[in-house]
Amino acid sequence: MLSEQDRRLLKLLEQDCRLTPQELSIQTGLSVEHIATRIHEWEKEKVIVQYRPLINWDRTGDEKVSALIDVKVLPQRGFGFDKIARRLQKFAEIKAVYLISGGYDLSLLIEGRTMQEVALFVAEKLAPLEHVQSTATHFVLRRYKQDGVELTGGDETPQRLMVSP
Amino acid sequence: MRHYLNPTVANLPPSGIRKFFDLVATMEGIISLGVGEPDFVTPWTVRESGIFSLEQGQTMYTSNSGLLELRQELTRYLAKTQGLMYNPETEILVTVGASEAVDLAMRALLSPGDIVLVPDPSYVSYGPCATLAGAGVRYVPTRADQDFRLRVEDLERVYSPEAKLLVLSYPNNPTGAIMTREDLLPIARFAAEHDLLILSDEIYSDLTYQGTHTAFAALPGMRDRTLHLSGFSKSYAMTGWRIGYAAGHADLIQAMTRIHQYTILCAPITAQVAAIEALRAAEQAKREMVETYDHRRRLMVHGLREMGLSCFEPLGAFYVFPDITATGLSEEDFAEQLLHEEKVAVVPGTAFGPSGKGHVRCSYAYSTEQLEEALERISRFVKGRL
Repeated sequence: MLSEQDRRLLKLLEQDCRLTPQELSIQTGLSVEHIATRIHEWEKEKVIVQYRPLINWDRTGDEKVSALIDVKVLPQRGFGFDKIARRLQKFAEIKAVYLISGGYDLSLLIEGRTMQEVALFVAEKLAPLEHVQSTATHFVLRRYKQDGVELTGGDETPQRLMVSP
Repeated sequence: MRHYLNPTVANLPPSGIRKFFDLVATMEGIISLGVGEPDFVTPWTVRESGIFSLEQGQTMYTSNSGLLELRQELTRYLAKTQGLMYNPETEILVTVGASEAVDLAMRALLSPGDIVLVPDPSYVSYGPCATLAGAGVRYVPTRADQDFRLRVEDLERVYSPEAKLLVLSYPNNPTGAIMTREDLLPIARFAAEHDLLILSDEIYSDLTYQGTHTAFAALPGMRDRTLHLSGFSKSYAMTGWRIGYAAGHADLIQAMTRIHQYTILCAPITAQVAAIEALRAAEQAKREMVETYDHRRRLMVHGLREMGLSCFEPLGAFYVFPDITATGLSEEDFAEQLLHEEKVAVVPGTAFGPSGKGHVRCSYAYSTEQLEEALERISRFVKGRL
């Protein structure tokens, strides 16, 4: 069970992974050594998997297309969906693989440079795979919120009075 | 026109914060730590329920006391979080912010000749509301070396038999001081001994960063002696909705409701509906805000101490109240020069009463980036003066 202190530390890091153990110590009142040790353990245990920024590529002007692809799969005896999922996750084009409930079995997030590229990947790589029964491709048209962060429309800050009792 | 004015009103000094506000308003590029309200926006689920209520055409008056559904939610909340038991039908009044409740209570209780005891420093409206109600005010000084807690010794020094009402406001604005159960018990004994009523403004109770908040009314024998005031402004970031409440003895609530009925009629229905949603669904959002304040609080205390200012550790609200006497400046000069030289606005402690002398109030209801920038500027300002 995660302690309250640990949960707080992880949440602070999740919001801003650039915070140093010193800065975290100031904000939480925990010792720098304790925090450094804990972070090191989490890195080893793969609780902290990676440190990276959340980039809004839409603002860079860089051409990039992503699609959510639902996949219907025949589960394999002894492996269920794991075997096919592990195979899919190896493709560099596939950024996320989820096992889902409902009408489909797997949900994939695919990124490519053009729609053509994504469509070709689905037609040539994904659909012909053994055990894949059908796919449904949904191209992402606009990203409003990602990882809990609003990417659009949050720019205007409402005005507070400069001084109030 | 002035000679037509009621002399009590005409002689009422403007809020000490006003002068500073006017000064800041003339300048640009200011980082202001002068704000007494959250930087968060009201949680979406709360805003959304207000919007939905408008779409549904909920635009009417409510009963004077407020929507029964809200009063019921409030009694559940008070019972669950603070062990306070009230009857939603007769012992709760929904008001336009807790500040309306302060005014109603003073008018319902006080007559000329009565005295109100008010901790100093504290929020700006208690004294003036008492004056408007025709009563006298005695300020009870609190001190940094006592962590700005109110002590019986301090009360005894200013007490006189005309005293009828004691104001408590902990967690405290501007100091950030809290009062634990142990701190409050002697005050309760003092109140019982001298037959004092208590107006306990606990608007910041959810913003307590160590231990749990003790409601004064929850102390033995204090329920019927205490008017418990709170609201949604600070806990749920709902300052502009203007929604608060009073809980207490039915006779007092009834008297306050009578004044409320003739002056306000009822708190706005949209805000009442939103408040119901806040109590039902915004607990998690509140917890996250409190956690964030706690992180910023440590950042501020650390930063101010690092630069050589003495700063007691505030355990509530969202203010730090550093002692700036080491700079050789008065609190007024400190605030004014800091504003001109480094464009950081803080509020002189004396805006909240004479015991704020030598201190300034810095709010940490700002983003970490803003606080860090402000600390850097204050540090630069202080450096040459220590």
